[in-house]
Amino acid sequence: MKSTEKEASMSQKIQDTLLGIPADTLLRWYDEMLLIRRFEEKCAQLYGMGKIGGFCHLYNGQEAIAAGSIGAIEANDYVITAYRDHGLALSKGIDPKNIFAELLGKSTGTTKGKGGSMHIFDKSKNFLGGHAIVGGHISLGAGAAFAIKYRGEKNVCLCFMGDGATNIGNFHESLNLAALWKLPVIFIIENNKYGMGTGIERASAVETLLKKAAAYGMRSEACEGNNVLTVYRTVKAAVDHARKTYEPSLLEIQTYRYRGHSMSDPVSGHYRTKEEVEEQKKLDPLTVFAEVLKKERLVTEEYFETAEKRIKKDIEASVEFAENSPIPPLEELYTDVFFE
Amino acid sequence: MREALNQAMDEEMSRDDRVFLMGEEVAQYNGAYKVSQGLLAKYGPARVIDTPIAESGFAGIGIGAAMVGLRPIVEFMTWNFSLVAYDQLINHAAKMLSMSGGNFHVPIVFRAPGGAAHNLGATHSQALESLFAHIPGLKVVMPSTPKDAKGLLKTAIRDNNPVIFIESEVMYGEKGEIPEGEYTIPFGVGQVVQEGTDVTIVSWSKILQHITLKAVHRLQEEGISVEVIDPRTIRPMDWELIYNSVRKTNRLVIVEEGWPFAGVGAQISHQVQHDCFDALDAPIERVTQEDVPLPYAHNLEVASLPNIQKVIRAVKKAMYKG
Repeated sequence: MKSTEKEASMSQKIQDTLLGIPADTLLRWYDEMLLIRRFEEKCAQLYGMGKIGGFCHLYNGQEAIAAGSIGAIEANDYVITAYRDHGLALSKGIDPKNIFAELLGKSTGTTKGKGGSMHIFDKSKNFLGGHAIVGGHISLGAGAAFAIKYRGEKNVCLCFMGDGATNIGNFHESLNLAALWKLPVIFIIENNKYGMGTGIERASAVETLLKKAAAYGMRSEACEGNNVLTVYRTVKAAVDHARKTYEPSLLEIQTYRYRGHSMSDPVSGHYRTKEEVEEQKKLDPLTVFAEVLKKERLVTEEYFETAEKRIKKDIEASVEFAENSPIPPLEELYTDVFFE
Repeated sequence: MREALNQAMDEEMSRDDRVFLMGEEVAQYNGAYKVSQGLLAKYGPARVIDTPIAESGFAGIGIGAAMVGLRPIVEFMTWNFSLVAYDQLINHAAKMLSMSGGNFHVPIVFRAPGGAAHNLGATHSQALESLFAHIPGLKVVMPSTPKDAKGLLKTAIRDNNPVIFIESEVMYGEKGEIPEGEYTIPFGVGQVVQEGTDVTIVSWSKILQHITLKAVHRLQEEGISVEVIDPRTIRPMDWELIYNSVRKTNRLVIVEEGWPFAGVGAQISHQVQHDCFDALDAPIERVTQEDVPLPYAHNLEVASLPNIQKVIRAVKKAMYKG
């Protein structure tokens, strides 16, 4: 084999592994995942300091789902999720400084300090929240898709939920309606194996959640969620299908959360062992992707060091912005109750 | 009445193509109570949409669609069934604007008949207005005439907030004059249905028409002059109209179909005693349904619901004539 042929073959292999995605996009995804990880670590710190109140659910370990899924859609597509929403909000392009400000209860927050951690919204980014009643938002996601079809648009809505949400009635009603009416919504189960402290085998009659799509004749696909490229490929296929046919999909993405259910819960204890968590961390989506990038020679070690520094600076500046922002004026108490 | 509601939806759907109707039996069946008669034929299945029996699902789809720019009318077959979708109404529709810090408003109308009909038993006979009026972020509308129903429904459809529009199951066949041409009726503006000098009664919807006004007629024959106020919207409430009347008559009776505990009348009673304390010459009286789930048997049902005698007794009590 001539050297040029060899190079061409090598480059083809890289193309296959990387699904033909441009290098700068791949690096953006890596940065995004790193930003989410460092953002959440900072949240844990601020929560410990008493600066963030209420319930705060961190996304550590699930970053590849945010980067890969949002990477598969366009800016004018909709995203809606449950209360573990920081990661998806960041991936959808919401500025970390406004999310930090929200968590600190400041007027510069994404909802002016009215929503808090579980209720991040941004209309300009088509980010429909941030919802804290398990399963309640699933019909809203189908509703956004209904509007897309009603207007004859070609957008889609990604509707994320945890594995625990698949046992509630609204999940089933929404899937039935989306399949019945052919709504361009992609329901994405981020299966992190536990609904708070209840393992999936103790909560769902079927452990393969994907099977729930069968009841509604819905297209479905499962994938592993520690590899951003796998997530991207799976979500992209569902998105393409929805754009073409208006048909929904149910995706089950296997993942794992490294933190407790919320900041009020321990990482391990009654429902899972420390060893299990440590074992899962060996498949850390950041490490997995870093290895791919290095193996495909897209970057050197130096890139990761620079990225760490850049993101650390970004996080520090964002927290500083949040800390220095004013608390909401009392006049805000009676605004936004009714739309004038 | 059903024609008035139908006209309101028809006019608003032809005026704004973001408006659509969905619910159980609204399209092919022309509405469980025939309120949507002819709309499917006129606007087609994309805008008049039959749903399966899945209140939570389709209410939520309406809310999601409203968040991104549509203006849904969601019909429940009755308000009793909306309780299956209570999470959607209370946790999602009512709170979206506030919780999203003004990012997303929800222009949506939920409409359905409420209250008791006859012999339908406890689950199919509920007057639930206080459940919705309790929640900040919801508007609650309860028309008592065809004219008001049309004008208020048009306002509801144009409103940029979730509106709970409570019709009456037994009033759909009632007749009334509807003004020629386009009109709307603003929220928070009640009406003096009848002027009087001795006692003020606040009452709305079916109970106003079927019970209160008949009682007032009999009281008149006994020489008691009652001023009757129909607030038309429970929230916002036309407080000034009520206060002005109480300041004139110095006595107040509230007649409603709901239960007594934490009912709409309890709120009216509180605000009037607080804001018109010096004007009151007697304790405020309330006529409500008895504090029990409504039984099926005719005699028990009649005994539980407000009736003409109960209203007459309450008015006389407020006048120290009881």
